[in-house]
Amino acid sequence: MTDTLTAPPEVPEQEPLGSIEEPLWRVRLRLTKRSLVQNWKLFVANRIGLVGLVMIVIFALMAIAHPILMATVWPSQIYHPINGYDAPVSEKLVVEEVTDPVTEVDLTTARIQYGPFTEIGETVSISQQPAPPSFGGPNPHYLGTDPLGRDVLSQLLYSTRSAFFLGLIAAMVTVVFATVVGSVAAFFGGWVDSVLMRLADLILLVPLLPVLIVVSALFRISLPLLGLLIGILSGFGGTAIILKSQALQVTVKPFLDAARIAGGGNGHLILRHVIPNVLPLSFLYMMFTVTDAIALEATLSFLGLLSIPMSWGIMISIARTQGYLLGSLEYWWLLVPAGLAVSLLAAAFFLVGRAMDEVVNPRLRQR
Amino acid sequence: MLKYVAKRLIQGLLLLMLFLALLYILLDAQPGDISLQLSANPRLPPEAQEIVRERLGLDQPLLGRTVTYVLNFFQGDLGLSFTQYPRTVGSVILEKLPRTILLFLSATILAYYMGFALGKVMAWRRGKTVETGLTLGGVAAYTVFYPWFAILMLWFWGFQFGLFPLGKFIDVDEWTGAPMAANRVFMRMLISLGILGLVLGAVSLLAHRLPPERGEQVARYGPPLVLVAFLAFWWLSPLRSYVADIAHHTLLPVLTLASVQFAGVMLLTRASMLETLKEDYILTARAKGLPQRDIRNRHAARNALLPVVTSLVLALSFVIGGGILTEGIFSWPGIGGQLLDATLTEDIPLATGTLGVIGIIALVGHLISDVLYMYLDPRIRTS
Repeated sequence: MTDTLTAPPEVPEQEPLGSIEEPLWRVRLRLTKRSLVQNWKLFVANRIGLVGLVMIVIFALMAIAHPILMATVWPSQIYHPINGYDAPVSEKLVVEEVTDPVTEVDLTTARIQYGPFTEIGETVSISQQPAPPSFGGPNPHYLGTDPLGRDVLSQLLYSTRSAFFLGLIAAMVTVVFATVVGSVAAFFGGWVDSVLMRLADLILLVPLLPVLIVVSALFRISLPLLGLLIGILSGFGGTAIILKSQALQVTVKPFLDAARIAGGGNGHLILRHVIPNVLPLSFLYMMFTVTDAIALEATLSFLGLLSIPMSWGIMISIARTQGYLLGSLEYWWLLVPAGLAVSLLAAAFFLVGRAMDEVVNPRLRQR
Repeated sequence: MLKYVAKRLIQGLLLLMLFLALLYILLDAQPGDISLQLSANPRLPPEAQEIVRERLGLDQPLLGRTVTYVLNFFQGDLGLSFTQYPRTVGSVILEKLPRTILLFLSATILAYYMGFALGKVMAWRRGKTVETGLTLGGVAAYTVFYPWFAILMLWFWGFQFGLFPLGKFIDVDEWTGAPMAANRVFMRMLISLGILGLVLGAVSLLAHRLPPERGEQVARYGPPLVLVAFLAFWWLSPLRSYVADIAHHTLLPVLTLASVQFAGVMLLTRASMLETLKEDYILTARAKGLPQRDIRNRHAARNALLPVVTSLVLALSFVIGGGILTEGIFSWPGIGGQLLDATLTEDIPLATGTLGVIGIIALVGHLISDVLYMYLDPRIRTS
């Protein structure tokens, strides 16, 4: 790891930049490819970033797997993440003192759940919700079922897709807002700058979670709308301020003057010269926005404030509202998979962001 | 310096007004208004409904109502709570605010202290096992799904080991026959903690002003002595068991909130230290042959502190969000928990009122970190 870092990043053989006959787009393509290869090497040098990337790929595969599984092996009425229902039946021995809740049941429960004339010593088949993980039978539930008899694994995979969907919306909105606001403020300066930056200050100042909590009490918030809100609030707030300072460094560069002298208008200068130069940093902060968006969505749906049919936060919320919280080791499958999924996906994007930080920001590199 | 603070204060006030105005406009944008609820009675003639609207001022244009709302807010009139009907929003918030302040303040101070101390070590030992371990732990704590983490903490320490109570603020059984209300005891605790902080600050200031040998002695023996005196004061007071009960309930939420917050501070301190360590004056200090510890603590860490203090502003949103969830999960009766309750029961005046007060907390935090920054950076202080 250190070896690749101590040596300056290997620059591939300097190819000639192309003769006049070569079309411009091909030259651009080659330059882009070269910088991509270089940055990839820097990125890979940091193992932690690679771990994050692998984790994101695994989650993406999970998201893709769900519709395929639903179409092939999982019958919809049992495995549907929202409407599915199954109550796995297990044989239990009726005993006086329960020592092993998986195979034994006490008399009172057995009489309620099986029949009023059950006696101690009999074996009864009791259907269970939530059911622990089961691997055999016609309908195995690898992560058990939730208190409403729905398959936890199916919910987990289904929620992965919506988490990615939300992250994507929030990230794209952030990038667009932050780059445009930052570039415009830096480029024009003056009152445009003051207005935009004071607005950004205000948004930065307002704590995101309580505002979203109150907003969700006033309006119905769906997943795309939440993504839009998070994207705007984080893109127009802190990220725009950081990108503006980056764009300010670009606006004083000589190539901008050259472009202006060559007759470029303001729109051209911003689009072709300022924005491409702040875009890498913008993508970096996009990663952190995704982390925030995933955590925020999970938090809000954990509190039961969003109108979303299913998500990781809702899975934990159900376990909580149905009262399975403090027996958490006994009912681990209700709490642990969803909680881990939120934490791991958020961590994965955060790690990738950190590794990208070292690529974009040379001061952080070792030596 | 005073001028700078005053300028900041005025800016903050303007921002607060803007925030409140936006809050009211948001409130206004929701479908329907309170007059529809009050005049839902079908036997009420239209003229009477009109009178209700007029009495509530809802016939005014949006701008006028917004101005009224902001002015009322500054006069402390936040309206009536729906769910706790005869009480005003202001009195509910006043009752709960001290507890929230204690939670936020102690968790933040603890988190910054720990995070800075550990981040320093991390940067200093770059590439060692210590750093990798701390990074992994830090990233895990930073990105963990907070409500889930808090629930696990509550389950592990409170339920499994029974070391801490399962939420709430006092144990009601122990308070029967208490000489005064829990809130008054709590206020006294808060005041004594404030005095403790001031005395500790004075001691460290004294340690800096005195000649080095004496100063070092003061720095070493002063703080523990003050702490012992503080504990002895409460130990000897007649309210001992009640104070201990409140403290017992406070500890777990504070530790949970701090353990998530400190990760961000730690990771940031590391990055900031790494940049500082590349500066020429560190090389100079090394060349002079100064002891490693002095280079780390006096030359590198003190300069690395600046960006960390700035991050206080950026982290504020994170802290407040975490604080609200903490209050919700630990049933801590502060304004964050109140915000959640009010939202879930659609007590709109209470929800917006608490949000406004949370905005003020954010503003004050902003101001404090600005002043701290100025104090730490002599380039700003003298100009």
